[in-house]
Amino acid sequence: MLDQLQKLGATALGVAERLGRGHLFLWHVLGGFPALLPRFGLVINQLFSVGVLSLLIIAVSGLFVGMVLALQGYNTLVDFGATESLGVMVALSLVRELGPVVGGLLFAGRAGSALTAEIGLMKATEQLSAMEMMAVDPLHRVVAPRFMAGILAMPLLAAIFSALGVIGGYFVAVGLLGVDDGAFWSQMQAKVDLHEDILNGVIKSIVFGFVVTWIAVFEGYDTVPTSEGVSRATTNTVVHGSLAVLGLDFILTALMFG
Amino acid sequence: MTNPDIKTESHESVDEPLVQIRDLVYRRGERAIFDGINIDIARGKLTAIMGPSGTGKTTLLRLIGGQLRPDAGTVHVDGQSVPELAYRSLYELRKRMGMLFQNGALLTDLNVFDNVAFPLREHTQLNETMVRDLVLMKLHAVGLRGARDLMPSELSGGMARRVALARAIALDPMMIMYDEPFTGQDPISMGVLVSLLRTLTDALGLTSVMVSHDVQESLSIADYVYVISAGKVVEHGSPDDLRQSQSPWVQQFIQGKKDGPVPFHFPASDYADDLLGGGS
Repeated sequence: MLDQLQKLGATALGVAERLGRGHLFLWHVLGGFPALLPRFGLVINQLFSVGVLSLLIIAVSGLFVGMVLALQGYNTLVDFGATESLGVMVALSLVRELGPVVGGLLFAGRAGSALTAEIGLMKATEQLSAMEMMAVDPLHRVVAPRFMAGILAMPLLAAIFSALGVIGGYFVAVGLLGVDDGAFWSQMQAKVDLHEDILNGVIKSIVFGFVVTWIAVFEGYDTVPTSEGVSRATTNTVVHGSLAVLGLDFILTALMFG
Repeated sequence: MTNPDIKTESHESVDEPLVQIRDLVYRRGERAIFDGINIDIARGKLTAIMGPSGTGKTTLLRLIGGQLRPDAGTVHVDGQSVPELAYRSLYELRKRMGMLFQNGALLTDLNVFDNVAFPLREHTQLNETMVRDLVLMKLHAVGLRGARDLMPSELSGGMARRVALARAIALDPMMIMYDEPFTGQDPISMGVLVSLLRTLTDALGLTSVMVSHDVQESLSIADYVYVISAGKVVEHGSPDDLRQSQSPWVQQFIQGKKDGPVPFHFPASDYADDLLGGGS
């Protein structure tokens, strides 16, 4: 009993210590942001690897999610004779929820894991130590550009996800199921609100981008510098990042639409 | 070749050791890696720190470079107490220190040229023509000017260390720390590195600190040698002093004898009892 209590206490202390380290890490990395502005090329390089290289999976997933939404929505709406609302349903589902959330989950799996593995391997091969000894702070030179790129890339990827989802939904609804072309677009235009729907979706995606990238770069930087350690850190990024997206989505949805 | 953008002022007179370590204690968990050691690194000399694997030689370099903080004792570099330095001052000091890591630690996404140019681009406002000239001079000094376009993955272990050496001297530091520079090298690479370390120390007036357990190579080029074991300095002096040391431990280490004060067998129960015990 006493042993179990001791283990529980040690685990809680370990979690609290790691949380504290994570926040100090964040503080230090954010301190490097102003120095990035005159060297924005570093961020652009990372935007390529974090954003552009994630485009394929985001685009294809968005397209298919939109197509499936249209198919499922049609089967429900047709019973009520409301198939002209299919465009609104697809668009609202995407911009409010699925764009940021599924985009965030895919971002954690594709870009987050890559960030963790890259930084973890740089640590394991002493590249980060070498930078410190060259008087170059790796938190500012390596982590900060990747962090900023993640925060900038995620809303753009979520927007692309939603846009392609709408196009996928259009192909299925209008091309396959015979929904009226004009009704599909005009209802969407009338019912989707810029602030209420699109802006809230963008805020969600910025928050998810921030949290997932924070988890990814911290896991990489804090990894045990062995092959097993890097592997565990990469898994942690995907698991913790995905759970954070889902948990935060509930909180943000409750605050925005509750 | 001294870079005007880098502060090179010395805080101490030339007679003072560049690095002074006093009563240094460093623990990892319960285990004391260093238990009150004293080391002086003289300016402009090549000092070797030797000892068996796992004695904390690399840890000592990290303590000197301020990457680790001691539990007790002092580490002074050029008159500045390294553990007490604030973030900015520590990074200023590191601009005047170079370090050669065991595996080179080259940045894998940059080619050889960009690796050597990295510290110049980070710390100076030199134009690209000047950077190019400086990088080529450093690469020429280590014999790899022709390899400037290769990626780190295309280099042999010895070449990677020479590129890392060129990078370490890019800012014309006052001292360089070498972490096991000869480990895992073929005889030709080893010969090249041995000669380079000595030449660079003499030609650039560098203070060099080398941790190694390659006895013959280290003794052939070092001006002064410290031998550490079990957290203590067990012997120090010139290479000749060490060869004539009366300490059986030092003699076992230098001559590589398999048995002696450091036993061949890890401590265990009696062999016969163990075999006859039947696993009980």
